Amino acid sequence: MKVRQVSVFLENKSGRLYEACRCLAEAEVNIRALAIAETADYGVLRLIVNDPDKAIRVMTENAFTVSETEVIAVEVPDRPGGLAAVLAPLYDANVNIEYLYCFVEKSGESAVVVFRVEQIEQAIRALQGSGFTVMREEEVYRI
Amino acid sequence: MEYFNPMECMEREILEDLQLERLRSTVDRLYRDVPFYRRKLDDIGFKPGDIASLDDLRRLPFTTKDDLRDNYPFGLFAVPMRDIVRIHASSGTTGKPTVVGYTAADIRTWADLVARTIVAAGGSPEDIVHVAYGYGLFTGGLGLHYGAEMLGATALPMSGGNTKRQIRMMVDFGSTILCCTPSYALNIAEVMREMGVARDEVRLKAGILGAEPWSDEMRVQIEEELRISAHDIYGLSEVVGPGVSIECGEKMGLHVFEDCFIPEIIDPDTGEVLPPGQEGELVFTNINKEGLSLLRYRTRDISSLNVSPCPCGRTHVRMRRIAGRTDDMLIVRGVNVFPSQVEAVLMQIPGIAPHYQLVVDRVESLDVLEVQVEVTPEVFSDEIRRLEELERRIRDEVQSYLGVSVKVRLMEPRSIQRSEGKAVRVIDRRKI
Repeated sequence: MKVRQVSVFLENKSGRLYEACRCLAEAEVNIRALAIAETADYGVLRLIVNDPDKAIRVMTENAFTVSETEVIAVEVPDRPGGLAAVLAPLYDANVNIEYLYCFVEKSGESAVVVFRVEQIEQAIRALQGSGFTVMREEEVYRI
Repeated sequence: MEYFNPMECMEREILEDLQLERLRSTVDRLYRDVPFYRRKLDDIGFKPGDIASLDDLRRLPFTTKDDLRDNYPFGLFAVPMRDIVRIHASSGTTGKPTVVGYTAADIRTWADLVARTIVAAGGSPEDIVHVAYGYGLFTGGLGLHYGAEMLGATALPMSGGNTKRQIRMMVDFGSTILCCTPSYALNIAEVMREMGVARDEVRLKAGILGAEPWSDEMRVQIEEELRISAHDIYGLSEVVGPGVSIECGEKMGLHVFEDCFIPEIIDPDTGEVLPPGQEGELVFTNINKEGLSLLRYRTRDISSLNVSPCPCGRTHVRMRRIAGRTDDMLIVRGVNVFPSQVEAVLMQIPGIAPHYQLVVDRVESLDVLEVQVEVTPEVFSDEIRRLEELERRIRDEVQSYLGVSVKVRLMEPRSIQRSEGKAVRVIDRRKI
């Protein structure tokens, strides 16, 4: 139920994002979803990829600071209120969301929300209890 | 007033007799009362009575900042603590600060020296001396303060910071002499412009500026912007504090008050004494101090001595404005910073790579010190909040250790340039 997200520390200087992506491209790692958190001096690149192990290996070999974070991915219908509906059970269960980002599936019918929460087990139970589909690792990597 | 103390214009021959007499009694006393010096002199088989002329000074051993650290805090004091009336301290290379102590007579001597510097900068008992050096363990504030009082001028103990308030008081009280670091003088000029304070609202006529390196270009800028006569003052707490030397109206070097200190220039590698005019490391011997007298103290400052007579009438030798350091010490807003201190702090924070770099720049005439630290996978979190906590922790610890505010910048691993051999720890971008 947990998905492995690859996080990369990037200094805020020109070309760094390109270099990170090129490094993945050369290793034929496919990026499924991506989000960037930034401050004035640096950013954190968050990636869901088809092969996290390979991604971590090639990034580390290329001197990037990489870490792996467990996140959860939830399928929500792609319509108004979709995201709000999925947030309700988390709110009720007192789950703290560190951050989230969304992407739309190829079929276009549903969106995928990626959550980073403090209490991951609790979050999974709350979402499943409310009838949401928490996606399995392989499903997400295959999207 | 042309000078404060007639000693400043003594005939060289009489001055040198006085120096010899004072050197002898200093060495006598140190041999008797300071075990550290007794050991050092015994080691080379030197007896206090061996000093026959001033040339014998070069046979004496050097004293270094490390010696002060090894004898922390009071080990080199030459009098019992009951005779010490004041303590000051400055930063050491690692960990322990350098501690200095003054007797009541030392405080008077020091105040006399500073009074001389104020007069050399054109001051008199009529002046209002605006002291914007920091008050506290740093010798700048209290040093200038006591000097102004000794002269009979009016001391205005402003200390550093709160520039707008400084300027308002400067206007309201009619400050005539500004004492601060040269970069702060420029900052004051800038803030004055921002506040819309016209130059004729302030009565400033002179600046006694020091505690950090500066240049003639900067002097021109300060003199133009503040319309004052800017004088370089030199000193270090180990020797006495501000008031070791000062520029007179000629502004062709700083007169070293030779009745209290004997300056030498040495080759920093061999320790050999260099002839006048040649550049090398400045070394001072205290010959008129009780609490802490140092023999041949190596300042690590680079200068040269000019023995030619000065048109101002002072007979004391002039040292050239400090041209640099023989070590990696940085002076940031008047505070001494050694890269080794930063390293000591970083090493205590788990997960921080020993790769760091200090970048000093001057932004709007204020020194900015940036500590660049590489982020290792162990401390890297994908949550910005945790990275910011890490930054804050490094900043707080470095600041409390150094006593100067810093900016911390997290860097990617291997992004700080590695050098072969000695690591490049400091990038100084200040144009001074």
